[in-house]
Amino acid sequence: MPAGTLYRGREGMWSWVAHRVTGVLIFFFLFVHVLDTSLVRVSPQAYDNVVATYKNPIVNLMEYGLVAAILFHALNGLRVIAVDFWSKGPKYQRQMLWSVVGIWIVLMAGAFYPVLDHTLRTLFGS
Amino acid sequence: MSAETSTPADAVELAGAGTYSPDNPAPVIEPPRTRTKSTPRATRTNFEMYGWLFMRLSGIVLVVLVLGHLLIQLVLDGGVTKIGFAFVAGRWASPFWQMWDLLMLWLAMLHGANGLRTVINDYAERDNTRFWLKMLLYTATVFTVFLGTLVIFTFDPNIQ
Ligand code: HEM
Ligand code: HEM
Repeated sequence: MPAGTLYRGREGMWSWVAHRVTGVLIFFFLFVHVLDTSLVRVSPQAYDNVVATYKNPIVNLMEYGLVAAILFHALNGLRVIAVDFWSKGPKYQRQMLWSVVGIWIVLMAGAFYPVLDHTLRTLFGS
Repeated sequence: MSAETSTPADAVELAGAGTYSPDNPAPVIEPPRTRTKSTPRATRTNFEMYGWLFMRLSGIVLVVLVLGHLLIQLVLDGGVTKIGFAFVAGRWASPFWQMWDLLMLWLAMLHGANGLRTVINDYAERDNTRFWLKMLLYTATVFTVFLGTLVIFTFDPNIQ
């Protein structure tokens, strides 16, 4: 890392990279999601067929990944807003980032079972 | 008189350029943002500032809308297992959830599209590439918002 750099290579840069990557990912998901939801205008069968892919174990795992992306983007987005509008925001930006990471870990642990419940039940029986 | 032949104390030495002095001035460097004859006159709007503000205001609202949506769809009441045509029919029977989904659709699409505009501006360096990527983005955004809105308002639980 170049000496004397305040931003490059530090937490601030990596949280910005993660915010950007998750934002783009969510946007692409939303585009596909509006297309799949539009099948309710075709027929109940067409819609139920596409929703069946959401219940596939691998896709179910990707949904857990989507939850991870959205939770990070949402929590870090609130941090960015606090840095911009709260007078002490810039001073506490690092502490806020670690709070974001902490809350994110807790929420991801809590979401594990409910989100993957469908897969756990189909793979390991009831 | 003697100052003209000797180097002044405040003269600047630039690599490979010899010594500049009042008699041998350095070339003038144009400031990068100077207004020139080809600069359009009426471009001074606050569009980027409003975009910046919109990202933050819509973000706060989206926390409630999107996290609430995920809670309902993936966590409560059996998670993804319960989703199907009948479930959607039940939800869109209520104007409250129709409005929730409509607002979420518009805010998330505009927030995401404006974010992607920034990303394109950052990485696409050729003018042509940047222009066409943004046209693709705007077309996809208008199409998606239009389709999603139409689906919410024309939903028919007795379609067959
Ligand atoms: C859940 C609540 C959300 C919050 C609190 C939030 C917050 C923010 C904020 C404050 C920014 C501006 C960052 C900056 O100027 O540096 C931003 C950027 C962005 N957001 Fe969101 N957002 C949310 C949801 C979404 C959703 C649903 C999408 C996708 C549809 C999305 C996609 C993006 C993109 C692509 C960017 C641009 C990233 C960049 O320029 O690096 N966000 N978000
Ligand atoms: C894997 C996770 C998700 C599942 C299972 C899911 C499921 C659904 C379902 C069943 C509907 C039908 C209407 C309703 O019940 O409200 C719907 C609509 C919608 N969802 Fe999601 N959703 C997910 C993630 C998301 C995310 C992350 C966003 C936003 C970024 C989102 C935005 C929307 C929008 C805008 C609509 C309305 C679509 C339209 O206008 O046609 N969803 N979703």
